[in-house]
Amino acid sequence: MSLDPETVRRIADLARIAVTEEEVARLQGELNSILAWIEQLNEVATAGVEPLAGAVRMQLRLRADVVTEGDQHEAILANAPDRADNAMGSFFAVPKVVE
Amino acid sequence: MSTPTDLTIAEARDLLGRRALSARELTEAHLGAIERLSSLNAFITLTAERALADAARADERLARGEARPLEGIPLGIKDLFCTEGVRTTAASRILDGFTPPYESTVTRKLWEAGAVCLGKTNLDEFAMGSSNTTSAFGHVVNPWRRRGDNRDLVPGGSSGGSAAAVAARLCLGATATDTGGSIRQPAAFTGTVGIKPTYGRCSRWGIIAFASSLDQAGPIARTVRDAAILLRAMSGFDPKDSTSADVPVPDFEAAVGRSVKGLKIGVPKEYRLPGMSAEIISLWERGAAWLREAGAEIREISLPHTKYALPCYYIIAPAEASSNLARYDGVRFGMRVDPGGDLDDLYAATRAAGFGAEVRRRILIGTYVLSAGYYDAYYLKAQKVRALIARDFDRAWEEVDAILTPATPTSAFAIGEKQDDPVTMYLNDVFTVTANLAGLPGISVPAGLDEGGLPLGLQVIGRPFDEETVFAVAGAIEGAAGFDALPAVRA
Repeated sequence: MSLDPETVRRIADLARIAVTEEEVARLQGELNSILAWIEQLNEVATAGVEPLAGAVRMQLRLRADVVTEGDQHEAILANAPDRADNAMGSFFAVPKVVE
Repeated sequence: MSTPTDLTIAEARDLLGRRALSARELTEAHLGAIERLSSLNAFITLTAERALADAARADERLARGEARPLEGIPLGIKDLFCTEGVRTTAASRILDGFTPPYESTVTRKLWEAGAVCLGKTNLDEFAMGSSNTTSAFGHVVNPWRRRGDNRDLVPGGSSGGSAAAVAARLCLGATATDTGGSIRQPAAFTGTVGIKPTYGRCSRWGIIAFASSLDQAGPIARTVRDAAILLRAMSGFDPKDSTSADVPVPDFEAAVGRSVKGLKIGVPKEYRLPGMSAEIISLWERGAAWLREAGAEIREISLPHTKYALPCYYIIAPAEASSNLARYDGVRFGMRVDPGGDLDDLYAATRAAGFGAEVRRRILIGTYVLSAGYYDAYYLKAQKVRALIARDFDRAWEEVDAILTPATPTSAFAIGEKQDDPVTMYLNDVFTVTANLAGLPGISVPAGLDEGGLPLGLQVIGRPFDEETVFAVAGAIEGAAGFDALPAVRA
């Protein structure tokens, strides 16, 4: 499978990474060379093999459904690039989403 | 007494315990060394004041006879571990200005064991790389030089700052992380010891995530014993990491020096790559001969899917990375670039400006292999191949107790080499990546020099949660190799 410029733009859009036309051309070459190399996996017979998701075949634990830590507004907002503080509380601030 | 910066952790522990050396002297010697050798660019952030305060507290405890296992030992911390109140960058512009409000479990354990924090070491951006040239804070210089060649060499990556700092005697040991070889490859390139323990041994909580099913923390140190001392302090069950293993932490140090007599050591025939250098082959054979002389039995084994480990990794790791790195959106922390459009424009502009080329490339590959219509062909296929690679090892453990391989296919290369296409760089991890896919412990031990006078490492891989055998075999190699070469640049 070889990526065309349209697909490169679509992937970049899905990944929310802005790309220039110049970058699309370069990325197309780089991504295609990586994908061509990856495609050697097609040589491996995997019919009937259970996919392995994690490095250790372990059962994931469930924890008790209780609050462990909370009320950390200030710590959570401390690194915000932009914040809004008003009568309703303290928030992360972003450009207007809903007109 | 030798220069404080030349001490091993075990020696320093002994001198501190006998009050023949103070934690303050030891810390000051390292802070001075870091300043003098700042041209190596091994550290992104220095925490000199904090280090001196840590040392003062250590001296008080030592005076009271209340020393903890790492009391007064100055360490470097890979800048991928979140440290409360200390800027943490992952060597990326996108975390610009980020100061964690919490401490990673592994570093918390180190401070609770009495260690001194010297600062945060440089790395490849988000731990993605094998050369430490993708850092937004500039490349790290390997303290070793090729004979008759003045070019700067890479320290390996991604834990290049940690490895260079330990090799150049800027700290007694350092934390590192390994997703495909990022502890073992830089250790091999700098003549240091690096161990990636079993997946689940060290908590991942508070370590900036790259590929969560592969990431594992471990130490880099100058001796096998020192690596064992550090790993013990870093290990242990943590309820905050859902994949943390609830198993006891053995005294790894006690396993160093344990006899390898009667152990069966596998040498996998598939690791003999076409075109592999004669130097690497002879180093590997020498390693096997040392172990045979120490009473181990060497057996040829087969790990038939080895060839597919790297391409498998380069689907799984970018897929997980594309998901993990979705959180860097310019809203909650780090850099924000607002082009004045809508929220999507803010995300896209921030991520384009904040991520370097290699990180962007991997996010895009990961996004593609997870996208509708391609998931089965790439991601699911890779997970099946991963299962086969793990099965290869399961079968090997029926025959052998540990596996011996070279750590890297070459010694350190010059900065700028191997940059022509991404795949050439990826091949650095050909011997290390299998242990990540199968979740196994692997150590790199310096075992000799190449004809240019650069260090080469051997790797020992063990059964899950059997780091003790790995340490025993590594200790035997270390003893037989008698590696005492020193880097050209050091404190």
